[in-house]
Amino acid sequence: MKPAKTIGCSEALKHLLEYLDQELDGTKRREVKHHIELCRSCFSRAEFEQGLKDRLRKAGHERAGREFENRIKTLLKRF
Amino acid sequence: MIETIDREWFEEQVTSLLDDLLGAAMRLTKNRHDAEDLMAESVTKAWGSRESLEAADRFRPWIFRILTNCFLTDCRKRAVRPTADVPVDEVGEEEGAFSLFEELHQPFLLWWGNPEQEFLNKLLRADLERAVDSLPEAYRAVVVLADLEGLAYAEIAESLGVPVGTVRSRLARARGRLQKALWIHAQEAGLTKLATKTHEASHEASENDRV
Repeated sequence: MKPAKTIGCSEALKHLLEYLDQELDGTKRREVKHHIELCRSCFSRAEFEQGLKDRLRKAGHERAGREFENRIKTLLKRF
Repeated sequence: MIETIDREWFEEQVTSLLDDLLGAAMRLTKNRHDAEDLMAESVTKAWGSRESLEAADRFRPWIFRILTNCFLTDCRKRAVRPTADVPVDEVGEEEGAFSLFEELHQPFLLWWGNPEQEFLNKLLRADLERAVDSLPEAYRAVVVLADLEGLAYAEIAESLGVPVGTVRSRLARARGRLQKALWIHAQEAGLTKLATKTHEASHEASENDRV
């Protein structure tokens, strides 16, 4: 495997969210990863964006509760 | 394609995803009552079109696609101005131009500690929900699927019936808007003065320690 090309902050930041979303292909992924490992400022930015993503992910769950669960189960029984 | 779908297996899958599906439905409809109705409708539609499920391990993206479609179809039926939210991609907004991180790094906020970590620590779930709810429908849908439910871009593209490139650009804009909404709310709530307050509190504490 070739060593990752060194890219600048603006190029790394342009692809940062796709990198965190695990949507970058091999080469670009390695370049962004390499940059973040070397650049303190982009590393902090990546940590912040990941932190925000984690918080949003938690907001994606809503406790259904027994009553609603029963409503769905009753509905499913009719299928 | 799966040959036959067992009702019990279907029920198990739905039950295991109940909290996730309801979480997405809540943010799409913005209220519990409509979210529950949307879920009931989606589960019924999912069972009715169970033959379109290609593989057992694709159940999660498949049912989220049905939920999103139900919401968008229902929304358009009810909307007074059905096209009001549609042309988001044509808006001449710079992609993801707003960065919360950069705002938090302005020199006047950098007096003490780690402002972005302080910001995340103080952020309430209600703050996030309010920011997501403030997004136009098309942006909200992409944020719900990508950030709240963790679907892949290709799965989101399929859910929304748009190309992957559109998901990428729409998501960048949606996140920019979301961060801006969080920033405006944080300023209103005085959250951005955190760094100063933390500094003062810590200063006072060390003064007291010396007494």
